[in-house]
Amino acid sequence: MDPLPSGPSPLVALVGNPNCGKTALFNILTGSRQKVANYAGVTVERKEGSLLTPSRKRVRILDLPGAYSLDPLTPDEQVTADVLLGRRAGETQPDFIVCVTDATNLRQNLRLVLSLKRLGLPMVVALNMTDIARRKGIVIDAQRLSLELGVPVVETVGVKTKGVQALIKVLDGTAMPVPARPPTPATWSPLSAADIEHDQAEVRRVLGLVGGDRIDGVTFSDRVDSVVLHPVLGPLILAVILFLVFQAVFSWAQWPMNAIRLGVAAFGDWLGAALPASLLKGLLVDGILAGVGSVLVFLPQIIILFFFILVLEDTGYLPRAAFLLDRVMGAVGLSGRAFIPLLSSFACAIPGIMATRTIQNPRDRLATIMIAPLMTCSARLPVYALIIGAFIPHRTLWGGLELQGVVLFGLYILGVVGAMAVAFVIKRGAAGSGFHALMLELPAYHWPNLRNLALGLWQRVEIFMSRVGTIILALMVILWALSSFPAPPPGATGPPIQYSIAGHLGAWLAVVFAPIGFNWQISIALVPGLAAREVAVGALGTVYALSATGNDVSGALTPLIAQSWSLPTALSLLAWYVFAPQCLSTLATVKRETNSWRYPIIMAAYMFGLAYVGSWIVFRVSTALIGVA
Amino acid sequence: MLTTSPAGQAHPGPTDISLNDLGLGMPARVVSIAAADASTPVELGRRLAELGFLPGEAVRVVARGLMARAPIAVRIGTGTFALRLFEAACIRVCPEQPQPA
Repeated sequence: MDPLPSGPSPLVALVGNPNCGKTALFNILTGSRQKVANYAGVTVERKEGSLLTPSRKRVRILDLPGAYSLDPLTPDEQVTADVLLGRRAGETQPDFIVCVTDATNLRQNLRLVLSLKRLGLPMVVALNMTDIARRKGIVIDAQRLSLELGVPVVETVGVKTKGVQALIKVLDGTAMPVPARPPTPATWSPLSAADIEHDQAEVRRVLGLVGGDRIDGVTFSDRVDSVVLHPVLGPLILAVILFLVFQAVFSWAQWPMNAIRLGVAAFGDWLGAALPASLLKGLLVDGILAGVGSVLVFLPQIIILFFFILVLEDTGYLPRAAFLLDRVMGAVGLSGRAFIPLLSSFACAIPGIMATRTIQNPRDRLATIMIAPLMTCSARLPVYALIIGAFIPHRTLWGGLELQGVVLFGLYILGVVGAMAVAFVIKRGAAGSGFHALMLELPAYHWPNLRNLALGLWQRVEIFMSRVGTIILALMVILWALSSFPAPPPGATGPPIQYSIAGHLGAWLAVVFAPIGFNWQISIALVPGLAAREVAVGALGTVYALSATGNDVSGALTPLIAQSWSLPTALSLLAWYVFAPQCLSTLATVKRETNSWRYPIIMAAYMFGLAYVGSWIVFRVSTALIGVA
Repeated sequence: MLTTSPAGQAHPGPTDISLNDLGLGMPARVVSIAAADASTPVELGRRLAELGFLPGEAVRVVARGLMARAPIAVRIGTGTFALRLFEAACIRVCPEQPQPA
């Protein structure tokens, strides 16, 4: 093998309108050699990958966020413009631009090409989705297009490995500048309306010459939209799709979740039997394994939910859902665009909050961020499942509905209603600034691409697993230490944990939480639950396992709490979990996203207040009702 | 029905109407982008232009929402965008007679 070239590799930026197939092209070019991170100071996703060309040249490829113009309106577009102009701190100006265009939508895409040309950086136009265009009968003369635009044009098919050969050849070729190129003094003067009109005239002229100047009458997407966006049928279809997604998240996930639960328990038993009784064994079995295992069981649900979100996104349905919900969202002052972040928040608020960057209006965006944690994330599920399993009887209601399922659904609704109320108050209290735009592109429908789907899913799994392996693991160790030290004094009669730091902390917190019906075990579990909600179940397990004589953490918990908690306590805890800000990672994301401590602090305060008041009402009312009955 | 006052300042031609008043599926062409009223921010018109709402472009309403017929889905050139009524109110269009195929 030839030695790899040394020295800096050239940096190629992929630029294009949203929905031009840019990310699919990026996935084909870089395969799994991708690094997903954030741009410094903002939570705009930064995707970089690398490509080894046939002549063994290493090329770095940066997938810039989609943009409609170089005069930015969103944080995404700001990043794209700044990077291209070489004025983003911590980013080097790209050596080469690949402008990705959708061959079926050149009328829109070519304006960006004309803008990019003004930057003066070396560039090539990738004429993407040529296969779809050909099927529609659109044949574009790439050579003529290149001649008219004055930049090289290559045809690509962003979903096939063979479809990018021509582009790789260009990246490999001698046309690539040496990386030691002195930085171009980047100048950009914002386009006026007249400039944009002028550009469009040029686009029309070019399209007329290359054969792309065709506007179809009623397209396939139009026919689908006449049903999917129908005022009556559309919302019905949306409701059915959402119902199916939730059904899948809760029923398909059962089998793998049980497998993980049983596997972890079996491993714990084996480890418990194999190791001699010691401090280390306690840490491994009671601390780490029981705790991490209780979080790991969510992996199947997260995979299934993100699978559906990615499929709906890839087919083009998600923006349609935003269209259908815009009026409802608008009633509480949100944009239809808030739908996608809020839907993601049902899996986890963190990707949800990160997805708010597609909302242009800062106020709308902030309101969406503030209510995202009220969506019932999957981390709340184990707590709900535990309490519902222990306190709500298995009973079939009229119509074949199951009481436990109805209660779970009610908790989801409570979260949504709470979120809408909070959004309404936020938008009421704050004077509107800027305009509340929708302006959402509804891309043509197409089949989801398996490779993109798999890569997207894998990236979500990686994020979740790294969270389990870092923050959650560390917290489990800390919690175990808090509940194990100091050891009980000789001759002590109570369970050991009562004498530990956690026991004292719980006793103190129990005073605060007594009015809403929480005992000291719950109060202890709420402390690590602050770091990640799902940890509370593991913590309860740890608290009860350590305070009981037995070693079986997961199995014993349900009957244990059914015995030791009253029904009002259980209901109060459920209400607490609907509203309480129990995830430090979410607050950290909000801090990063809003670039200020102000909003995470406001969020924590309002959610604590809401949770305390909500739990207090639930506890008092249910106590009174049970007392009466 | 929700009506918008066509207080556009630029090129109010005799035949042009607000995009909001264009019938479903009726082919039309964009005449101009004009602020519907003084409170409409400058960025709005500019972004509409950047999305392709430019004089001479073919435009057609693809779908309307259930409540107050909002938002609307609009085909512009070869792309489709969802717009709120106040956004669409900035777009003046001239209906075309449906061409026989």
